[in-house]
Amino acid sequence: MTPDPGLGLTPSQTVGPFFHFALTKEDWSRLVPLDHPQAIWIEGTVRDGADDPVPDAMVEVWQANAAGRYAHPEDRREDLPLDKGFTGFGRCPTDAEGRYEFVTVKPGPVPDPNGEPQAPHIDVAVFARGLLRQLVTRIYFPDEEEANAADPILTSIGDRDLRRTLVARGSPEGHLHFDIKLQGENQTAFFEV
Amino acid sequence: MAWQRSSRVAGYRRDDAEAHPPYLHPDYKGTRLRAPERPLTILPHTLSEITGPVYGPGQMGPLDHDLTRQHGGEPLGERIIVHGRVTDDDGRPVRNSLIEIWQANAAGRYVHQGDRHPAPLDPNFSGAGRCITDEEGHYRFVTVKPGAYPWGNHPNAWRPAHIHFSLFGPAFATRLVTQMYFPGDPLFGQDPIFQSVRDPQARERLISSFDLDATEPEWALAYRFDIVLRGREATPMKRTPK
Ligand SMILES: [Fe+3]
Repeated sequence: MTPDPGLGLTPSQTVGPFFHFALTKEDWSRLVPLDHPQAIWIEGTVRDGADDPVPDAMVEVWQANAAGRYAHPEDRREDLPLDKGFTGFGRCPTDAEGRYEFVTVKPGPVPDPNGEPQAPHIDVAVFARGLLRQLVTRIYFPDEEEANAADPILTSIGDRDLRRTLVARGSPEGHLHFDIKLQGENQTAFFEV
Repeated sequence: MAWQRSSRVAGYRRDDAEAHPPYLHPDYKGTRLRAPERPLTILPHTLSEITGPVYGPGQMGPLDHDLTRQHGGEPLGERIIVHGRVTDDDGRPVRNSLIEIWQANAAGRYVHQGDRHPAPLDPNFSGAGRCITDEEGHYRFVTVKPGAYPWGNHPNAWRPAHIHFSLFGPAFATRLVTQMYFPGDPLFGQDPIFQSVRDPQARERLISSFDLDATEPEWALAYRFDIVLRGREATPMKRTPK
């Protein structure tokens, strides 16, 4: 039976607090092996409007490989290499302190709808009890000041402080920090996808 | 330059504002400190949003879809078939797409250390399954009917029986996590998660229908839950003004 065109969409509902045994039983937080020559660590804490850590969130990431190619049939730029074993997808539950982490590679540039390169970025979706729908944000890189300043999506966020929440911070140990504040002061910039 | 080619992409339609619940729904207490307060920025759909993780049937175990055969014995409770079709809102099948489900057991208890409901665990039931939609968008699970369970949201709060669903669809922009309910549940009226969907017709779409035709005689009743993900823009997106 073929459904009628113009069907209503299935509404979103919260992931709830009890997803771990199904969604994060496998460790999907390593997009590349720890000893990958270009491995980078991205870590952060998810906090709520009272500044308390959110211990029951799940963070998902989606990104291109180091060459800027997505492992997906609609990325038809076949002269760019795909990396065997690199799906570009990661998933990590937050721990008791609200922390998550990913080990991955820095994505290469991908085009915007005008064919101009976007600044390197990672798409992020946050799920949690109390979120009736996922929150979407992007991670940009602190060593890409010029590209970030020219990026049409970053610059579409008028408020400078809000825009700054999307750029990860470097740390002395060489990790990237990207904290996610759901509400209140220093709230992360979220997108309507 | 290589990155410039094939950059004109058709995005996904954004006509779903009414279907989804708002982030802030105060009756559901968990939203009060977690709903963002600042307006969301519209994200144009670039190659990053029209692509998404790809999974294949080869990554599934043979019993991943059958939650009643993942242990030594049969779980307690009412065995059911949950099946349906995943399409976009133009009726086009969403094929070869990962669906993950999880649920409480027949007594209303999750295999989760955070679940404090004093109902029995079932050694023969974990409550997690997954499958890949076929070429027509169909999926099928075998499980047991989950029990209702209490939660601390308001006095005498109980969740209607439900199965959690997680779907990727074809793209980052089609990602959906939702819950499937059962027809005629007396707990709908007092459940703020179900009621967070404001449009009554959209809310109805979260309720499966009893499906006698898919019932297997002498074995299991069936429920049908069709899932509709957002559809594609007809034409490649216009240039956005610089
Ligand atoms: Fe639940």
